[in-house]
Amino acid sequence: MSKSSLLIANGRVFDPGRRIDIMGSLLVENGLISGVVGIDCPSDATAERTYDARGRLVTPGLIDLHVHLRQPGQEHKETIATGSRAAAAGGFTTICCMANTSPPVDNRGQLEFVRATASREAIVRVYPLAAVTVGMRGNELTEMGDLADAGAIAFSDDGVPLRNGRVMRHALEYARTFSRPLMPHCDDPDLIAGASMHEGAVAARLGLRGMPAASEEAAVARDVALCGLTGCRLHVCHVSTAGAVEIIRLGKRRGFPVTAEATPHHLSITDEWVAGVRWDGRGEPYDTHTKMNPPLRSEADRQALIAGMIDGTIDAIATDHAPHAVVDKEVEFDDAAFGITGLETALGVLGRLVARGELPLDLVIERLTSGPARVFGLPYGSLVPGAPADVTVIDPAAPWTVRAEEFVSKGRNSPYVGQTLVGRADLTVVGGAVVFER
Amino acid sequence: MLKRRHVLDLDDFAAAEIELILNVGLSMREVLDRPIRRAPALRGRTVINMFYEASTRTRVSFELAAKTLSADVVNVSASGSSVEKGESIVDTIRTLEALGADTIVIRHGRSGAPYLAARNTSATVINAGDGWHAHPTQALLDLFTLRARFGRLKGLSVVIVGDVLHSRVARSNIWGLTICGAHVTLCAPHTLLPASGQAGCVGLPPVRVEPDLARALDGAHAVMALRMQHERQEGALIPNLREYVSRYQITRARLTRARPDALVLHPGPLNEGIELAPDIVMSDRSVIQDQVTNGVAIRMALLYLLHGDRDVEI
Repeated sequence: MSKSSLLIANGRVFDPGRRIDIMGSLLVENGLISGVVGIDCPSDATAERTYDARGRLVTPGLIDLHVHLRQPGQEHKETIATGSRAAAAGGFTTICCMANTSPPVDNRGQLEFVRATASREAIVRVYPLAAVTVGMRGNELTEMGDLADAGAIAFSDDGVPLRNGRVMRHALEYARTFSRPLMPHCDDPDLIAGASMHEGAVAARLGLRGMPAASEEAAVARDVALCGLTGCRLHVCHVSTAGAVEIIRLGKRRGFPVTAEATPHHLSITDEWVAGVRWDGRGEPYDTHTKMNPPLRSEADRQALIAGMIDGTIDAIATDHAPHAVVDKEVEFDDAAFGITGLETALGVLGRLVARGELPLDLVIERLTSGPARVFGLPYGSLVPGAPADVTVIDPAAPWTVRAEEFVSKGRNSPYVGQTLVGRADLTVVGGAVVFER
Repeated sequence: MLKRRHVLDLDDFAAAEIELILNVGLSMREVLDRPIRRAPALRGRTVINMFYEASTRTRVSFELAAKTLSADVVNVSASGSSVEKGESIVDTIRTLEALGADTIVIRHGRSGAPYLAARNTSATVINAGDGWHAHPTQALLDLFTLRARFGRLKGLSVVIVGDVLHSRVARSNIWGLTICGAHVTLCAPHTLLPASGQAGCVGLPPVRVEPDLARALDGAHAVMALRMQHERQEGALIPNLREYVSRYQITRARLTRARPDALVLHPGPLNEGIELAPDIVMSDRSVIQDQVTNGVAIRMALLYLLHGDRDVEI
């Protein structure tokens, strides 16, 4: 992985953050963006290596605000090393990893372990989050000051909804002291207890206990209100319901510092997949690869997420990459672990939405680059001269079939296995170094 | 013969398939009425009843059905088996197949578990009740019982009363009755009813919902009372059994709203004095005993149609 000069030539250079969309070449030198040839640097620029990007999109490196890398404690599911390679294969150059490891990242030592492991073994940039409460038990606040000093990019008890409104309020106020956002997993724990899919007609048919959309919406409403009260930045994890989108929209209209993310799966598929519906018509009911939290919702919810993307209510696309071992998934639906992998399928799933005319391409790229960079204030996500050379080259039209055995991630738990997606990363560059090439 | 390997739910059955099973069920009732109840149709076949949940009538019914057809039958219950040592359902099913099971009858507390079993074996899987999801042979025996009394299913009005939300019997009957052209009304407080269907969605077929029992029973041909589980009270689904009984128990007085020849069904086991007034249980309206006997015939029909030797006379 040399950091010498690289010319990504004759592609469609596409940077929504900088409003650039031209056919041309991008020059990278000494780990930094030199710029677009003919605009930022002389048109006779050459480099030690030239990558032919004809027919390809050349975009800022993709950023994922929400992944689970499972290390420490569940290295059989994923490690920082394997997760970072999966990210690179999916076109991501920066990932933010959740604190719900075993034990959780709720103290400086744990956070330093993650950072040290990442700096040694990860091939993309890894920004750890830290827990909001000790042991993610929802009672005492973590040492957010120490954790922020040690490099916690934000705080989240993702996976465990914070039941106590008073603790949430204080967490917001305290996190604000250190200018760090809080990233809640919004649910009412009592309303979703024992449930394994979205509550609706499909759950009624399958005889599965449902998680009502109202559970997420009640919690989002509380946290958006507390965001207004405290003035702390609030980034709502994996928004999945129409009502939640509406509440966040209202919060933004009132000027609250609230942002939100949506996953490729909630944008693309619905609870009918739990009953066996698939794009290619071949599916089985009770496939545990359709089980995640928040669950796949109704088509009306999906449409509302798309609308929220288009009007800017949703700031970022995040995968909620949640790898699991086969033994966690090859069990009864109620007993299966929540979560699916996402890093390697995100571009293809979103590309399919673009191909179907449901989302414009520039919007998708923006919500994978400058959008998430803005949420956490990261110095990436744009092809500005002088910026770190994080670049992704995407084949936007390539149809490909997802094969479980081809995943770089240790996780094979994807509902998209066997499905045909559109578009994928061909080249991933982090700080000028090629970390993935197809 | 049925053109399917497994019976996991009734949702994918055609009316003609159900009719075939019910017709063969009639022949099987004749076998059961013979002095020597034995037919050779399943000779040499092995049926394993794998029960993860307690059961009397369904397990015994499957066992007698298979034995009457001369199959070798083995009963396994989760307690006392390797399930207690933590063996997964997938491993257990593969083991049963390796032991020679042609048919695995499975009862499980988790919705969808028989699908997981079916995906992992080349044996035939019959769902004997999974979680809240389905109990297809119960619905078939209910259809059989109704058809025996009314001579038809099309156009019948059937009221299902009680805890529909947690009931696999209700779900399978909703499918079976709807597919056969009967009209279904669900009657329960809203805490015990599943979320209503959205148009064009993969949900249950559309049915009438009427929380008021008197109105629900108006003109009904049959009422099916569901078992009320005492623990529902703890989840704040109903205040207590007293209020439930006062509003939803099937009594002689309430039954006057239904047709004069209306039948009362119950899948069992009965909570005495809760779902049905005691005098109803003993009355000529009740077909609860018929349901149990018909259950053996219908399970014989199913085993025969899935696995039977066509050349052997039953």
